[in-house]
Amino acid sequence: MSTFWSLYVTVLTLGTLVALTWLLFATRKGQRKDLTEETVGHDFDGIEEYDNPLPKWWFVLFLATIVFSVGYLLLYPGLGNWRGLLPGYEYLDAEKKTGFSDGQQGWTAVHEWEREVARAEARFGPLFAKYAALPVEQVAEDPQALKMGARLFASNCSVCHGSDAKGGYGFPNLTDADWRWGGDAQAIKTSILAGRQAVMPPWGAVLGEQGVRDVSAYVLTQLGGRPLPQGTKADSLAGQKTYATMCVACHGPQGKGMPVLGAPDLTHPGAFIYGSSLAQLQQSIFYGRQGQMPAQQATQGNDRVHVLAAYIYSLSRPEKPAAPQ
Amino acid sequence: MNKQIPLQNITPAEGQYDDRVDLYAPHEKIYTRAFKGLFRSVRMAGGALLFLIFFGTVWLNHSGHQAVWWNLPERKFYIFGSTFWPQDFILLSGLLIIAAFGLFFITVYAGRIWCGYTCPQSVWTWLFMWCEKITEGDRNQRIRLDHAPVSANKLLRKSAKHSLWLAISLATALTFVGYFSPIRDLCSDLLSGQADGWVYFWISFFTLATYGNAGWLREQVCIYMCPYARFQSVMFDKNTLTVTYDPRRGEPRGARKRNADLRSQQLGDCIDCTLCVQVCPTGIDIRDGLQVECIGCAACIDVCNTVMDKMAYPRGLISYTTEQVLAGQTSSTLRPRLLGYALVLVLMIGLLTSAFLNRSLAGLDVSRDRMLFRENAEGRIENVYSLSVMNKDQVDHIYMLEAKGWPDLQWQGSRQIRVAAGDRLNVPVALSSALEKMPSTTHEVTFILRETDSNTQVEAMSRFIGPTTR
Repeated sequence: MSTFWSLYVTVLTLGTLVALTWLLFATRKGQRKDLTEETVGHDFDGIEEYDNPLPKWWFVLFLATIVFSVGYLLLYPGLGNWRGLLPGYEYLDAEKKTGFSDGQQGWTAVHEWEREVARAEARFGPLFAKYAALPVEQVAEDPQALKMGARLFASNCSVCHGSDAKGGYGFPNLTDADWRWGGDAQAIKTSILAGRQAVMPPWGAVLGEQGVRDVSAYVLTQLGGRPLPQGTKADSLAGQKTYATMCVACHGPQGKGMPVLGAPDLTHPGAFIYGSSLAQLQQSIFYGRQGQMPAQQATQGNDRVHVLAAYIYSLSRPEKPAAPQ
Repeated sequence: MNKQIPLQNITPAEGQYDDRVDLYAPHEKIYTRAFKGLFRSVRMAGGALLFLIFFGTVWLNHSGHQAVWWNLPERKFYIFGSTFWPQDFILLSGLLIIAAFGLFFITVYAGRIWCGYTCPQSVWTWLFMWCEKITEGDRNQRIRLDHAPVSANKLLRKSAKHSLWLAISLATALTFVGYFSPIRDLCSDLLSGQADGWVYFWISFFTLATYGNAGWLREQVCIYMCPYARFQSVMFDKNTLTVTYDPRRGEPRGARKRNADLRSQQLGDCIDCTLCVQVCPTGIDIRDGLQVECIGCAACIDVCNTVMDKMAYPRGLISYTTEQVLAGQTSSTLRPRLLGYALVLVLMIGLLTSAFLNRSLAGLDVSRDRMLFRENAEGRIENVYSLSVMNKDQVDHIYMLEAKGWPDLQWQGSRQIRVAAGDRLNVPVALSSALEKMPSTTHEVTFILRETDSNTQVEAMSRFIGPTTR
């Protein structure tokens, strides 16, 4: 903080402490030394007050709080820009002499938190590192790792992908065999670690409403094998032509999709994450989709993501069911 | 008829307080005299029983665990064959209500029975006083020992007394901690030096607390610290049986020859032997009337009766009697207040018993997932839930799960679940329904946990949400 505000806080705080101390001693002078029967003088509704001295223990306690305050303000950063004299917070790690993230020394609440994080990492890090050294497929067969992965999943992933990992509107089902970005172990790990960004372009301006409806009808009936809703005015053949020019580049000639681009397999409408009804298909094509899988590298780190990837990989393996929580 | 008890001016003399202000009157040590009597026997029998229960129960085992065990880290409280989880704390509050009304009932009827006969502070203090008697001697010997100069005899006796005190305190502390941390392992860990630092701390803490409370503080707790003491006195009415000196009989008090004629000397039955003061653990004179320090232990009754016997006067100069009787009228025992407390007490005991017997040994909690709904591969609408299944019994169980709401509601996932004793499992579950068959956009669903063998059934409610149907 600026010098002005630092001085403002310091002067007011110390000034108050000094004033309180003075007040405490000043009022003591006029007190009697022993118990008395005389009253202070006022009479409220017949209730009077003896003019007895303040108990010694009360006075000593007050004094003790003032002494404590002074000590506290010397040790901790309470007075403006004063850093505090508390020893032990010069480095994040005393042996390795690594500094705190803000480059400052001395105790702050943030420094204390950084120490706690480092302590937790020292304690739990080796557990994950042990698994990070093994290939994902191998980790996916270790029951202990699967339990750890299940808990990580519950804490971080289940909000979007569901408690049972079967997904929801906008979030893929992780237990089926449909993988937009690839279902092998390395692809799964990359999806979690680096995140993914869907790039379904909006075709509304290019195709127009009828054009979108036509191609949606084609996708639904020819690729997806589903019937059209009653009374739909759409031309599947025109849609097929549109598909051959516009869509084949990403979704492939048979509509099987392209994991490299994250283009879904259009022959499995049950796995569409934005819905498989004609209306929902039209919305996807008209406005496009920009779904995002957030990257977990920064928050979880490689080791934890490795264990998570093993757990997710295990969910879609039919032979080895995932460990229950 | 009313003979006034002469007033004694007990204002402290001028100049007693010098320049330093003493907040508390200096503590005068109380030396109690030994005595025998009916109420003492009652107290000793009751105390022995309570001691047996306290020290003995902790060593009992049941079904592979300590029979009575408050397992704080796991939040499980074992009482023989029943395990109580934090959800069962309502039963504890019921128990506390029963204890409170039991206390009110007995206090309105017969005064501070709790204080004089069963309070741990009293019971341990009497025990410590007995230790004093067997190491330092009777009352006069103890007073002389305290005023004597340091000698081998004094050191020996004092250290014997304190060793006994510490030994009893240690046993008490071990037992108390043993209810939280199984005592057999606790003792073996302590003996082999493997116990955790906190164990040493708590054992030391409770040892010192017992030693301090029963050895030093004693009546200071009853007079200054205990809130029970203050509000028990508030509950007395003029029909409450309290330890009372009968001034109509006793006054005017005074010494007299053994076979003197009372009427001719115009003396009351009280011979002013002050034995009632000497036996009192709180150091009061009951002849001054009902006082806040009196814990109702009836020591004065016992010793005065022995004196009355020696003098061949009738017993009961000090006795359990009521203000009404002292005023010359009859006491009504069955009064509305007492009957009211008795009724509430009986009612609460009944309620608690039935709540306990009907307690379910399985628990079910449902937590709906955050997402509104989703469409599954078959085109049905699905909602996902996290079920928390708790087995509060002491044996493993296999439960069946199902959901009810409307006919088309289907359960996706396993319907059977095995939960170990005392364990809690989290199960993700999905329910599905065809969109057209849903009765409304959102609708209540009920999850049912069932175990046919033990006739257990628990239900939990949640909601099923689908797209807005038009």
